[in-house]
Amino acid sequence: MSPLALDRRSFLRVSALAGGGLVIAAYLDPVSDMFAQGQGGRGGAPLVPGVFITIARDGRVTIIGKNPEIGQGIKTTLPMLIAEELDVDWSAVTVEQGDLDPKYGSQGAGGSTAVPQNWLPMRQVGAAARQMLVSAAASSWNVPEAELTTASGKVLHSTSKRSIGYGELADRALAMTPPDPASVKLKDPKDFKIIGKSTLGVDTPAIVVGKPLFSIDATVPGMLYAVFQRCPVFGGKVASANLDQIKAMPGVKDAFVVEGGTALNGLMGGVAVVADSWWLAQKARQQLNVTWNEGPTANDSSEAFAAKAKAMSTDAPGQMTRKDGDPDAALGGAAKVVEGAYFYPFLSHAPLEPMNATASYKDGKVEIWAGTQQPGSGRTLVAQTLGVQPSDVTIHMTRIGGCFGRRLANDYLAEAAWIAKVVGVPVHLQWTREDDMGHDQYRPAAFSFLKGGVDASGTLVAWKNHFVTFTLDGQRVTGSGAVTASEFPARFVPNYQLGTSMIQFGVPTGPMRAPGSNGIAFVMQSFIDELAHAGGQDPIAFRLALLSNPLIQAAPDPNAAGRGGGAGGAFAGGWDPSRMRGVLELVRDKSGGGKTKLPAGTAMGVAFHQSHAGFFAEVAEVSVDPAKKVRVNRVWVAADVGRQIVNPINAEAQIQSSIIDGMSQLMSYEITINKGRAMEGNYDEYEPVRISQAPKEIHVDFLLSDNNPTGLGEPALPPILPAIANAIFAATGQRIRTLPLAKSGYSWA
Amino acid sequence: MKVDFTVNGKAVSVDVPPDMPLLWVLRETLHLPGTKFGCGVGQCGACTVHISGKATKSCQVHAEAAAGAKVVTIEGLSPSAQHPLQQAWRDLDVPDCGYCQGGQIMAAAALLATTPSPTDAQIDAAMNGNLCRCGTYLRIRQGIHRAAQVNNPTGKGGLLAEELAEELEPVL
Repeated sequence: MSPLALDRRSFLRVSALAGGGLVIAAYLDPVSDMFAQGQGGRGGAPLVPGVFITIARDGRVTIIGKNPEIGQGIKTTLPMLIAEELDVDWSAVTVEQGDLDPKYGSQGAGGSTAVPQNWLPMRQVGAAARQMLVSAAASSWNVPEAELTTASGKVLHSTSKRSIGYGELADRALAMTPPDPASVKLKDPKDFKIIGKSTLGVDTPAIVVGKPLFSIDATVPGMLYAVFQRCPVFGGKVASANLDQIKAMPGVKDAFVVEGGTALNGLMGGVAVVADSWWLAQKARQQLNVTWNEGPTANDSSEAFAAKAKAMSTDAPGQMTRKDGDPDAALGGAAKVVEGAYFYPFLSHAPLEPMNATASYKDGKVEIWAGTQQPGSGRTLVAQTLGVQPSDVTIHMTRIGGCFGRRLANDYLAEAAWIAKVVGVPVHLQWTREDDMGHDQYRPAAFSFLKGGVDASGTLVAWKNHFVTFTLDGQRVTGSGAVTASEFPARFVPNYQLGTSMIQFGVPTGPMRAPGSNGIAFVMQSFIDELAHAGGQDPIAFRLALLSNPLIQAAPDPNAAGRGGGAGGAFAGGWDPSRMRGVLELVRDKSGGGKTKLPAGTAMGVAFHQSHAGFFAEVAEVSVDPAKKVRVNRVWVAADVGRQIVNPINAEAQIQSSIIDGMSQLMSYEITINKGRAMEGNYDEYEPVRISQAPKEIHVDFLLSDNNPTGLGEPALPPILPAIANAIFAATGQRIRTLPLAKSGYSWA
Repeated sequence: MKVDFTVNGKAVSVDVPPDMPLLWVLRETLHLPGTKFGCGVGQCGACTVHISGKATKSCQVHAEAAAGAKVVTIEGLSPSAQHPLQQAWRDLDVPDCGYCQGGQIMAAAALLATTPSPTDAQIDAAMNGNLCRCGTYLRIRQGIHRAAQVNNPTGKGGLLAEELAEELEPVL
């Protein structure tokens, strides 16, 4: 199938660049883009130009990076694909960040989708542009195209020893008919000069000298600084506030109540304080005395949720998400039955750059400078909140100091725009760390009440999970809170049951790095480990045997849409047991094949998981001392994300990042809800892994399978939690069923 | 109040509230945004600067306490952007999102100034106050070793000789 079954004449448009050179606009089919889904859908959507390339007369190539750069490296990776097939030197390429603009089509970051979406189209764009330049040169020199080659941004005719730079071919190129992108010849991978070579992030030189790249650095003439005190209870409203006192404080220009709406990911109720410096705004805010109408969820608490889940666990599930065979009968006939109650908590994304945005409002037009993973949704939200047309909202996109899914919501854009409209001058709204942790779109907590059985030969024969999650409206599972009917080990166990129940609550939730996978992989891969040990089997051999079972046909999945973040989207890919066996065997062999002699208190644990179309198996070697001090000594990662790694140094960085992030979740991250609000406020209460706790070695091996390349921002994370938890069991005999570990007395060595 | 000090070798005079953290003086008053706000309570190190050569979290220093101080920010670490750490950070592409990296480099520069060839343990001890939410720690360790080798080519530091040779292969 061609992802670009387009009208060939509309695919590429070439125009002249003022001062010489040319501009190439490539029109992409938006159907393969998760951010465009639901806005036209597959087929029928108009073509949108997605790529802009400028080639100056002197050969300088400028490529617009249209997607948000959040640390995943997209601003480097996508231009690499274009430059490779365009056949220009990477050193001649400059990448510029594009603002939100309909001319770029959909713009977003999330779901590890950029590489699978763009792997073919971006190369076709580059190759088609190169083809037009070759045609232009052939026409200019009156020689057959077949005699022409390209290199380093030039067309060459070896017979006559002539060469001409791409930028000099502008006039001729304007007259060429663009080739059919589906039939344009792409490079043989063995000829790649850029793809597959470790390439420096395009912003790295600016980062290491402290250049203002981030939205916190944005300044606008006449700008004031704002803080916003939201109701600690999500969705609560202001009853009264001591505004007169606040307005009289040093530096304060204004203080006012914001009524806010009802959506927990939009403008919520609170008090805005605007001053001529951020520090003075924040100081004044500390004197705020607000009486809140906290609303109906002011009694929500993690403790009550746990009690409710336990009570629900013995009832029939609210919904039977999947049932294969006869799990109860199989458990009755099993040689060994294991039961386990698992829990993972609410999590905050806690990116290092707290939410912030700069906004100005003038004559019905809104201009925003912000880092957001979904600028298009941000424009919609701002327009709805302020009652203007989306076309009246301009969004300038900045580099982003971490996201992990947090900036898929655009609440902070709506707040900044609202405050700017009220005060009538541009405003930089800066959240504190406590604002950020107290008003996140949290990764939802969940409870799993599991029963599993193995037969006399140690084979897994029965699996039951009563999964208890949350709901805001009493009808649908909360954002990113569902486990799908196809979640492993569904389809591999003949007698399998997944039931889902929901607790009503008032906590905003949303996607977090590897949504739908980051928590449940811990549960599934830990319980599989329990069953392997119950059956007296080697944990890796037990998993390989499970992966060799004949697949049971997939059932319809009522929760597929609730998973969010793209995990179950167009690029979830097939669950191919042979690819998973491949990475499991590779990680087994790389980590010593289970034969490594380790001292007492040190052991290895294994886990695997598929998400975002990536197949990952991971082994952790972990030491635990009698005081429950844990050290992760070494980690091995085996990954199958297809046949080509685009930028190896960035690929490895994404995997290292996922391992460290997962370790933080395992050991210490928990947002506790009490009295309807989040109790943790800063990094001393919600502790990311520090350098002294990071493993000395993280070994990454890619199994290059004959599949199209897929993304790496997320899929390495889910398996590391259970791999370490399983290693702790192997080292100590203590099974980890509740996260984070710190709650059970563990800490980092 | 009026506070006089030097920033990146230049004398400055600012009129700010005495308890305004140096972080905000640098960012807002002096327009040096390379020093970043991450937590405001001295937990993350994104605001690390040098005061009299010592790595200091600028969110924890009141403006009045900076009077007379010699402050260096990431913008002033090297006029030519050629500090061995900046070079090593580029060689290894240390940053992911990059938000913490100015603070990381400033903390590492203060370490190398007193400990030219640090061991892994010395690096971990000196850098433990600097969070990286993206988890670039393995490359931060590697980058500091690499910069130490450039600074001090005869020193063995915390690495074995053959490891050093491998480390210094151009990565990019």
